[in-house]
Amino acid sequence: MTDLFSKFDGLIEQRRALLSTGVTDPFNLVMEKVISPTVAVCNGRETILLGTYNYMGMTFDPDVIAAGKQALDEFGSGTTGSRVLNGTYAGHRAVEDALKDFYGMDHAMVFSTGYQANLGIISTMAGKGDYIVLDIDSHASIWDGCKMGDAEVVPFKHNDIEAMEKRLKRIPEGAGKLVVLEGVYSMLGDIAPLKEMIAVAKAHGAMVLVDEAHSMGFIGPNGRGVAEDQGVLDQVDFVIGTFSKSVGTVGGFCVSNHPKFEILRLVCRPYVFTASLPPSVVHTASTSIRKLMHAADKRAHLWENSKTLHAGLTQRGFKLGTATPQSAIISVIMPDLERGAMMWEALLHEGLYVNLARPPATPAGMTLLRCSLCAAHSAEQVQTIIGMFERAGKAVGII
Amino acid sequence: MDRPATAAKIAELIEPFNKKGVAITDATTFAGDLEWDSLTVMDFVAAIEDEFDIIISMNQQAEIETYGQLIDAVTKLQG
Repeated sequence: MTDLFSKFDGLIEQRRALLSTGVTDPFNLVMEKVISPTVAVCNGRETILLGTYNYMGMTFDPDVIAAGKQALDEFGSGTTGSRVLNGTYAGHRAVEDALKDFYGMDHAMVFSTGYQANLGIISTMAGKGDYIVLDIDSHASIWDGCKMGDAEVVPFKHNDIEAMEKRLKRIPEGAGKLVVLEGVYSMLGDIAPLKEMIAVAKAHGAMVLVDEAHSMGFIGPNGRGVAEDQGVLDQVDFVIGTFSKSVGTVGGFCVSNHPKFEILRLVCRPYVFTASLPPSVVHTASTSIRKLMHAADKRAHLWENSKTLHAGLTQRGFKLGTATPQSAIISVIMPDLERGAMMWEALLHEGLYVNLARPPATPAGMTLLRCSLCAAHSAEQVQTIIGMFERAGKAVGII
Repeated sequence: MDRPATAAKIAELIEPFNKKGVAITDATTFAGDLEWDSLTVMDFVAAIEDEFDIIISMNQQAEIETYGQLIDAVTKLQG
């Protein structure tokens, strides 16, 4: 018998070698207690959270929590059904209305996760004979959406406008085209030149999907994302987003102005063939989304945090993913996986949690310590974080 | 461009990507013999696409495992 697990032997060995050095398993951390959006207890120690994507700190907002509790009491713990059967409650409609208001768009469709939103929209919109042109650094959910559909998949070099245009030009006359971009790329925290790219896509007759998972609530005058910030949101055919970052719960969505959009509710399999979100989740989400519409002060504070951390780490000699702070993600480049894991552990001992990211999730085989800032981090916390990085970096010999 | 001319051009294009100087035949595989990672594949595919003004979609790339299959595919894609 062939052991079907043998294909994972390389990874099993890599993990064994890493853990045999005595380093704490970076992919097995437990949050024993969560005190606030920015502080939790890990291994019995109070720890500052700097890797949660909880950008706007909404997870402990009193109004959000009250809405969830009330929904549990009034609608129960779950819907036990698909959106197209028994799984659409008043709360599901309400959160779709909140999204339409938030983005100023005509249609909104809520999925059970952000992953499913990309999977569903991409695989359904681009079918046999159509072409998907996408950035090579796209998120796994985008790639999986491509794999699940029947379209021809054509990647181009990260953020390379010319490479994208060349590929669009060569697509056979008359074929349907979908260009897939992200506002913020979450590995390095860099943003896309959406204004230029969308202009090129439109000039070649393509429809455009932009994943704004890491920009919602924070980037753009109304927190609608990078496309809003660059003044091209009205050119985007599909905006994909998530509730598991700035919104502070779980779920995914697509908003659009296309007049035929509603038909997707019947033909999009990751929407139809799964249970809808629990009532408590959709009520917390709609309360949070409506509060994010009026969060200009928090957005300004988050930008301050991002700039301060970027400047502080650069000054102390760390190599960062971007030359300037472009989003709420500051990515610190590690020399290799082993020292990355050592640095991650040293930070944890200091009382700081960040994300360790490694290949194949990262571009160019890099090992990264991804830091995501929160509007609820105080200016003092950011200074504390910089001090922790400095001590840990010296102890591990990275700076 | 016929197959021999296409093969000659591709032999030129692969040179900078063949860092280990592997002796290339029609049976040479990209993943196995040349040990290319996904980024190298993307850059090489882009070089071929730009030279011949064609698209080799990922769906088509999945069918191309050897150097010989690549020459066949590019010869065909030029129409």
